Amino acid sequence: MAMLEVHSVKKSFGALEVLKGVDLRVEQGDVVAILGPSGSGKTTLLRCMNFLERADGGEMVFDGERFPLERISKKDVARLRRKTAFVFQNYNLFRNKTALQNVTEGLIVARKMPKGQALDIARRALAKVGLSDREDHYPSQLSGGQQQRVAIARAIATDPEIIYFDEPTSALDPELTGEVLAVMRELAREGMTMLVVTHEMSFARNVSNRVIFLERGAVVEEGDAKSFFQSPREERTRAFLRTLSGEEHTEKESET
Amino acid sequence: MTEGLWSLLVDSFWQILLPGLTMTLPLTAVSFTFALIIAIAVALVQFARLPVLRHLARFYIWVIRGTPLLVQLFVVFYGLPHVGVLIDAVPAAILVFSINEGAYCAETIRAALESVPPGQMEAGQCVGMSYLQVIRRIVLPQAMRTAFPTLANSLIAMVKDTSLAANITVTEMFMVTQRIVAWSYEPLALYIEVGLIYLLFCTVLTKVQHFGEKKLQTYGYQGG
Ligand SMILES: Nc1ncnc2c1ncn2[C@@H]1O[C@H](COP(=O)(O)OP(=O)(O)O)[C@@H](O)[C@H]1O
Ligand SMILES: [Mg+2]
Repeated sequence: MAMLEVHSVKKSFGALEVLKGVDLRVEQGDVVAILGPSGSGKTTLLRCMNFLERADGGEMVFDGERFPLERISKKDVARLRRKTAFVFQNYNLFRNKTALQNVTEGLIVARKMPKGQALDIARRALAKVGLSDREDHYPSQLSGGQQQRVAIARAIATDPEIIYFDEPTSALDPELTGEVLAVMRELAREGMTMLVVTHEMSFARNVSNRVIFLERGAVVEEGDAKSFFQSPREERTRAFLRTLSGEEHTEKESET
Repeated sequence: MTEGLWSLLVDSFWQILLPGLTMTLPLTAVSFTFALIIAIAVALVQFARLPVLRHLARFYIWVIRGTPLLVQLFVVFYGLPHVGVLIDAVPAAILVFSINEGAYCAETIRAALESVPPGQMEAGQCVGMSYLQVIRRIVLPQAMRTAFPTLANSLIAMVKDTSLAANITVTEMFMVTQRIVAWSYEPLALYIEVGLIYLLFCTVLTKVQHFGEKKLQTYGYQGG
């Protein structure tokens, strides 16, 4: 049984139909990459799955429990959010809290964990993302890459069953993406279940085990990472991959 | 300047400063504290879009900001006794100043709340905090920081506005000055003197404000 499934997720903003019935399943230990052109609904899908947006229709099955997305109760939302974590494109660290406090907040306040225990966990999480020496820094005193690593520490500290990532590196300067991707690769190696919206093809190819290609609010193709990249079935997937490899080419050219 | 006038000014300086320290400043401090409590509550019910309360909040702000402070003082102190509600001068002043200042500060705090990026709330909810927990620990502290300079200005303005309480028999600095003028016939010198004492108070508070702003800036982001 899959750990997490969603069925026919629908979402419109006014007249704009952004998600047209998306299905998705994630097994425990999966690293699923969601690819797709800008505006295809990737962020909206993740936000619906964590109830930052209320979907217009669809169903979620989490650990065997069923939830109707458009009328899930507040209580269930709170319960599900405690099993998940979210890493935002623009980090969204609490600006009035230090790196360490950013990590402990969800433990002490939301989970009523004793302070000493929370500090232990938070220190370990920050050590894991290589930021032990930045515990007392405020977000404004950290680089983008460091902020995103604190955000990842904040996510793993709550011991989630799955972490959602929404383009975690796309707000970063190119030279800072590596440090964040390295942390994510390490998490994947340890068996963390991850659902990752990304434009990093090397991550999708080498780290994820499954890939979903989303276009205009619908899944065009999904499959294991290897066959997705080596032998995409859909012409639209091939076209998308071509534009990307084109970009990679021009990037390489402009670097030399 | 004649010697007589000089010694009048020296004597009256202490006579005016004393009610400044025992009435004007405490009246300001107490009223402003209540005003902040009112303002935070009124700002939050609007920010959280609570169904009925937010309309009440808008009504309150509309009425208070649209009527003169002096009129409000008169309504409470001279008007309410007519319907059997008698409030002593000082409590009446505190009541009116709190309610009046609360309306202005509520607008300041509401704007500051709106300026906190929505991602802060979303991130808080994603780590499992409830709406109220995120408000209390993340959004409100950031908003209060943004609002600090404006609130400090309001506080300074309020020090001066307390002089209106003389009109409802509160023995604060201005009232005491008027009494001295009544027997000494030196209105120009004495009104300038009381003005300078207000200026002194406000200058000290402005210094405190700048110190506070620096302190807030040293640990992190620049509000907004
Ligand atoms: N809150 C919103 N209100 C109105 N339109 C939105 C909102 N959020 C997203 N959209 C629209 O929905 C579409 C999909 O957006 P998004 O999910 O962010 O795509 P992606 O993450 O794949 O780039 C876009 O056309 C975007 O403009
Ligand atoms: Mg997006």
